[in-house]
Amino acid sequence: MNERSLKILEEGVGDLLTPIDLDAFRAHNRAKEKGLVDKRMSEKEAIRRFVDEGDYVGVELYGTVRCPMSLTRELIRAGYRSLRGVGQGVYESDLFAAAGSFKALDWTYIGLEVYGVSSNLRRAVESGYVENIVEWSNAALAWRFKAAAMGVPFLPTRSMLGTDTLKYSAAKVVECPFTGEPICLLPALILDVGIIHVNRADKHGNCQIDGISGFAAEMACASKRVIVSAEEIVDTGAIRRKPDRTIIPWYVVDAVVEAPFGSHPGEMSGMYERDEEHIRSYFESTKDVEKVKAYLDKWVYGVETHEAYLDLVGRERLEDLRIKGA
Amino acid sequence: MAEESYTSTELMICLASRTMADNATAFIGTGIPMLAASLAQKMHAKNLTPVFEFGGTGAILEKLPLAVGDMRTYNRGLHAAGICTAMEAAQRGFIEYGFLGGAQIDAFGNLNSTVIGEQSSPKVRLPGSGGGNDVGSACWRTIVIMRQSPRTFVSKVDFLTTPGYLDGPGARERAGLPVDTGPFRVVTDLCTLDFEDKSKRMRLLALNPGVELEQAQAATGFEILLPDEIGRNEEPSTEELRLLRDEIDKDRLYI
Repeated sequence: MNERSLKILEEGVGDLLTPIDLDAFRAHNRAKEKGLVDKRMSEKEAIRRFVDEGDYVGVELYGTVRCPMSLTRELIRAGYRSLRGVGQGVYESDLFAAAGSFKALDWTYIGLEVYGVSSNLRRAVESGYVENIVEWSNAALAWRFKAAAMGVPFLPTRSMLGTDTLKYSAAKVVECPFTGEPICLLPALILDVGIIHVNRADKHGNCQIDGISGFAAEMACASKRVIVSAEEIVDTGAIRRKPDRTIIPWYVVDAVVEAPFGSHPGEMSGMYERDEEHIRSYFESTKDVEKVKAYLDKWVYGVETHEAYLDLVGRERLEDLRIKGA
Repeated sequence: MAEESYTSTELMICLASRTMADNATAFIGTGIPMLAASLAQKMHAKNLTPVFEFGGTGAILEKLPLAVGDMRTYNRGLHAAGICTAMEAAQRGFIEYGFLGGAQIDAFGNLNSTVIGEQSSPKVRLPGSGGGNDVGSACWRTIVIMRQSPRTFVSKVDFLTTPGYLDGPGARERAGLPVDTGPFRVVTDLCTLDFEDKSKRMRLLALNPGVELEQAQAATGFEILLPDEIGRNEEPSTEELRLLRDEIDKDRLYI
């Protein structure tokens, strides 16, 4: 071994579910539309045009908070059976597990927070339906997006060291060439498709988010294709008046879907609360395979559009969820 | 206060709350840590800064968050940022306390929240690391809250999700984890524990009201070290219970 080579101390046994091809990513980004074109379309068109079977897909934030639920339901209706993706979620990940959409996951947390461990997910994993699970921490996934967003192959971090989380990941520990200390290298995660819900966007895809921004900016910039849903479509003038509020710029976005109450039954910062009754009844249904199936039949397969879904929930009920004075 | 007048969950919240000093930063997860942080703000630590992993920082915890990303995590907060901001603050040493839980813990405070059985053929698949591994890696002092039984306090965790002291003194540093970090307290329904400095093994600190030493030992799958003098935790005060029941968790979501 060349004495000046970087010393690899440990390597995770997990697979890299998506290749770190930075030059292909650059070439892809070079070819993307940079003009200010109208990218508005329906959930159905966005998913059909920009998601292919087998793609690596990420859904930003999670099922009960600023989550693109109208796009999640469309993704399930489209019937994919072998997607790869990021398991960083609650309700939406659970629906994917129930519907059997994903075969491979970079996994950090899938559960239902207050309501505990998910039965759907346990069935999907313990039965072997999800074939490949690679473990990570929350920060590790966010930093993997960040590495891709920076256009570099990895980011060094002090998380995951010394644990089985690292052993079952695809990270590597090296001796840092500057300090000589062990440091964990997280491989960049380039997604085929990133799906993100925002408070408002213009028709070109300039997006504003109120409240915490989760990992929206990092994931958007790490994705080859980005589908955005927005509570409200605004004029570009509104964006230009406050350019500091643009958290995702138009040139990374491929589709803009108008979806009021798009996070239902989850919440949207400053706009509406989460629908606790709906979430609780869903959680109750997860204990029984037949009941989950009935839930999917009613709330996902049984509605063709987001409009139809909102009608099914009931407009009055939705109004009740609105934050007063918002 | 009579023994039956509070639940073990209420007691654990009070014990966790009392571990936090004022003017400190604390990384808060779902459940008991949220209630403990809220109680601490109302009791002795008005300027405790809660940090939630998806970016909510410096909230005044008036309503209980139901999720680590929900609006209440930055209620009247000082900074609504993103996950990288929160995690990077922890990585560069800004976060004092971090709360952790899991399905299993060993004598060195290593935690499993990933899987029972083999990772590739699990008996029980659990939620996973989430932010746990990051909190256990980067916060200065972590506080574990768990119910104590031979099933949860085990000699060896099935999967080491979040680092405690790994296999003993110096192991964290050898692995590259930040120096002077690691498990600080373990709060259970039976007692509170710390970690003996020389061996980095779990040591009894104080028993909960009405609990005998033998009970705590019988509920542990490894030998707990004993201090020269075993303390006795105080019951929840009338004020702590009033705050928990009438203000913090009026809807009884957790207590």
